[in-house]
Amino acid sequence: MSRRVGAALVLVSSLALVAAAPVSEDTVRDIAAQLRCVVCQSLSVADSPSETAHQMREIIRERLAGGETPAQVTAYFVEKYGLWILLSPPKAGFSILVWIVPFAGLLAGLVVVALVVRRWSRRPPPAVAVAPPTDEAMRARIRRELAQTDHD
Amino acid sequence: MSPRRRHLRWLIPVGALPVLLLLGYGFRTDPREIPSPLLGKPAAPFTLKTFDGDQVSLEALRGRVVVVNFWASWCFPACYEEAPALARAWEAYKDRGVTMIGVNIQDKEEPARKFLARFGHTFPNAPDPVGRVSVDYGVYGVPETFFIDRAGRVRGKKVGAVTDELFRREVEPLLSEKG
Repeated sequence: MSRRVGAALVLVSSLALVAAAPVSEDTVRDIAAQLRCVVCQSLSVADSPSETAHQMREIIRERLAGGETPAQVTAYFVEKYGLWILLSPPKAGFSILVWIVPFAGLLAGLVVVALVVRRWSRRPPPAVAVAPPTDEAMRARIRRELAQTDHD
Repeated sequence: MSPRRRHLRWLIPVGALPVLLLLGYGFRTDPREIPSPLLGKPAAPFTLKTFDGDQVSLEALRGRVVVVNFWASWCFPACYEEAPALARAWEAYKDRGVTMIGVNIQDKEEPARKFLARFGHTFPNAPDPVGRVSVDYGVYGVPETFFIDRAGRVRGKKVGAVTDELFRREVEPLLSEKG
């Protein structure tokens, strides 16, 4: 009899668990990782140990449990805090500039470097140096010094 | 220098100009100052249980100008600076169609009650236990104060301590509007 009650208890409690926790913690983490912690601006809600971040994770969990999709949960935070809440700005609208400008700048720089290098390599070689006229005394001195160098 | 290159020289300062403008703009703005996307939007409804045990609901206050103040007893000095101004504002406006609601966030009951007693706050004050109301209002720090018009729309937001002057400037225009 007591065994049956025990089994029933296990069944009931496991059912309660299933009903209470339909939300995957991975999903909560995924969403939290995209959101900026509002009190510690350079951390995500997933990484921040603050009370606010803790509450926000709880709210994410609650909204998922309420049947919202991850996109809807994220949209809720954006609606309340603005795009600022997203750690990566969306690749649309004005924010797309953040994604484009660095690469455009890099490309422009590479083009400038390529043009400059091409100009340098095309420059005509300097005229062949004409040896200054040397007299006999100078030639003798050169020979002498060269010979001395060989001896060293 | 060839004439063609001399001709292109002005490109360098002209090319640098937008970058300088962008940097100038970026360095002059305060990264901590974030505009609220809620201005002009309907204020999120809430029902909270006050420290006195009453229910306070935003819905029930339609037709009145509502000031919602988010605070915490650990928020020093800003919350302590504005508390006397809030008490004065409540005395001045409670009979003129303004309701003030204090929302106590991330706090413990004991110090929160002490805070209220210290400043003699008699307007409804309620804790926001799971932070749901705070997130609904996009609160990222205390104190923050929202000014809601008679139609229930968020019309003003103040981050930081409220002063008598600011309170008057925000509330008077809303009072002169028809509900």
